[in-house]
Amino acid sequence: MSEIITQEQHHVKLPEGSIGKQTTTLNLGPTHPATHGVFQNILEVDGERIVSAEQTVGYIHRAFEKIAERRPLYQITPLTDRLNYCSAPINNMGWHLTCEKLLGVKTPKRVDYLRVIIMELARISDHLICNSIVGVDTGAFTGFLYVMQYRELIYEIYEEVCGSRLTTNIGRIGGFERDFSNTAFQKIERFLKEYPVVLKEFENLFQRNRIFMERTMGTGGIAADRALNYGFTGPNLRATGVDYDVRVTAPYSSYEDFEFDIPVGTTGDNYDRWLVRNQEMWQSLRIIEQAYRKIQDFKGEEASVYHADVPEYYLPKKQDVYTKMEALIWHFKIIMGEIDMPKGEVYQAVEGGNGEVGYYLISDGGRAPFRLHFRRPCFIYYQAFSEISEGAMLSDAIITLSSLNLIAGEMDA
Amino acid sequence: MVLTNEYILQRLTEKFGEAITQVEEPYGLLTFEVPKELNLKVMQFLYDDQELGFRFLTDLCGVHYPDQLGRELAVVYHLHNMVQNVRIRMKVFTDVQQPDVYTATSLFQSANWQERETYDFYGINFVGHPNLKRILNVEEMDYFPLRKEFPLEDQTRIDKDDEMFGRGGSI
Repeated sequence: MSEIITQEQHHVKLPEGSIGKQTTTLNLGPTHPATHGVFQNILEVDGERIVSAEQTVGYIHRAFEKIAERRPLYQITPLTDRLNYCSAPINNMGWHLTCEKLLGVKTPKRVDYLRVIIMELARISDHLICNSIVGVDTGAFTGFLYVMQYRELIYEIYEEVCGSRLTTNIGRIGGFERDFSNTAFQKIERFLKEYPVVLKEFENLFQRNRIFMERTMGTGGIAADRALNYGFTGPNLRATGVDYDVRVTAPYSSYEDFEFDIPVGTTGDNYDRWLVRNQEMWQSLRIIEQAYRKIQDFKGEEASVYHADVPEYYLPKKQDVYTKMEALIWHFKIIMGEIDMPKGEVYQAVEGGNGEVGYYLISDGGRAPFRLHFRRPCFIYYQAFSEISEGAMLSDAIITLSSLNLIAGEMDA
Repeated sequence: MVLTNEYILQRLTEKFGEAITQVEEPYGLLTFEVPKELNLKVMQFLYDDQELGFRFLTDLCGVHYPDQLGRELAVVYHLHNMVQNVRIRMKVFTDVQQPDVYTATSLFQSANWQERETYDFYGINFVGHPNLKRILNVEEMDYFPLRKEFPLEDQTRIDKDDEMFGRGGSI
């Protein structure tokens, strides 16, 4: 056939060697519904088996690192929202902690505990999405729809604390913009009461479900040493059996005051990743409960502290701006970004939904960072996808994609 | 034994002598510079040594210092010993005319995309990298956008009136 009609006669340009090829090239993405995000996989498939995979990322690259070089610190917080938008508060807190480390701000205990509550809620909502999406990709839609109610409740808590839901911009350097309202505490209480029942049901739906187990066990696995070499962190690394968790190895925001376990898996496959995330949700609940109790224990003046005393970086109350000279001056200077920050180099990591979210900030003493680099766990571990999926079935690779919890926003920064 | 910054530094200077420069400890994190020819040798030593054992590459990124003649571009490695829970930061400087730095992909798979990202934004040429091409930006791009000479907004833009935004303009 190829002898009769040549490519030139048809005026088509096919890639070199594509006529005699035994495999099929398949584009998975960038807008395929199964990738749950904007990234492309160019798969070479032999029947339904993947021979090789090449990834293309960058479809929603927004040059945050460049933008940050022109912004004062507080204006960078909304950029961090848009990294891992499934758990934006963790990114926000990580950024505040980075600034606080650079500026030498010490936050009060109550602020730390409030932050811990928000961060753990964010972790639950992140894992909730990931685990239920793994369910959807294996054909079980019910669980996903059911737990959405509780993600909604988490979003309502955010809304009560900061006014927004998905891209939260929650908290400020030194603390929170306002104290938690009574409604917020009531909603947290409601969450603590109702969610364990739902999570148990969700767990029952999947954990020992034979169809789910057979779809996920033994697929998408990676060994611990390969995972470490690929820079895995977070639940994906813990599923391989490495108990690395930033909350324990480098505690921030008073995580050392809490009692919790780090669940680990053994094989690092899709099922283990699911189990680790599921267990982490239980642990997060434990942490939230403890933090909530600790907050109730504060007495007197301490019971209403919600920010540190840093007038250079923490916006004064609007009422004070209108009536007090000093507050007016600070307000002006902060809003206009006229405060020079100290020189220094900071690396601060937090345990995000997907792993170690790191902020590397270089300040040359100016008003905006000289250089800001985000360590985005997704970007780093997505490299391993071709190794993980080689030789796997196409349908298993889809589950692997969702159980790795790839978030396009985090990948592309 | 506990791995302290002093001990790491002592071991490094024993092995590499004068090559370890610019030693600092900002916020407790041991930071040092090595000549760019030695980056792989130092990393290999840090990786292989029984006591040091820095076997996890946390982060790799570039920095551009336009004012430092002859050493404008930097590559910053954050390495982690997870067993002892110690982090270090290693820097390599190179000139902007011929920014060649050896790749770390032979030691760390995770360096692959991070080096591509660094190449994409700073134009640092990682010698020996298996697939050094742009990753986040479009392939046709002919400049390196995170270098300092590229302003964030095109200052010559005339299609919008910046006067009202306090950013210069026609007056």
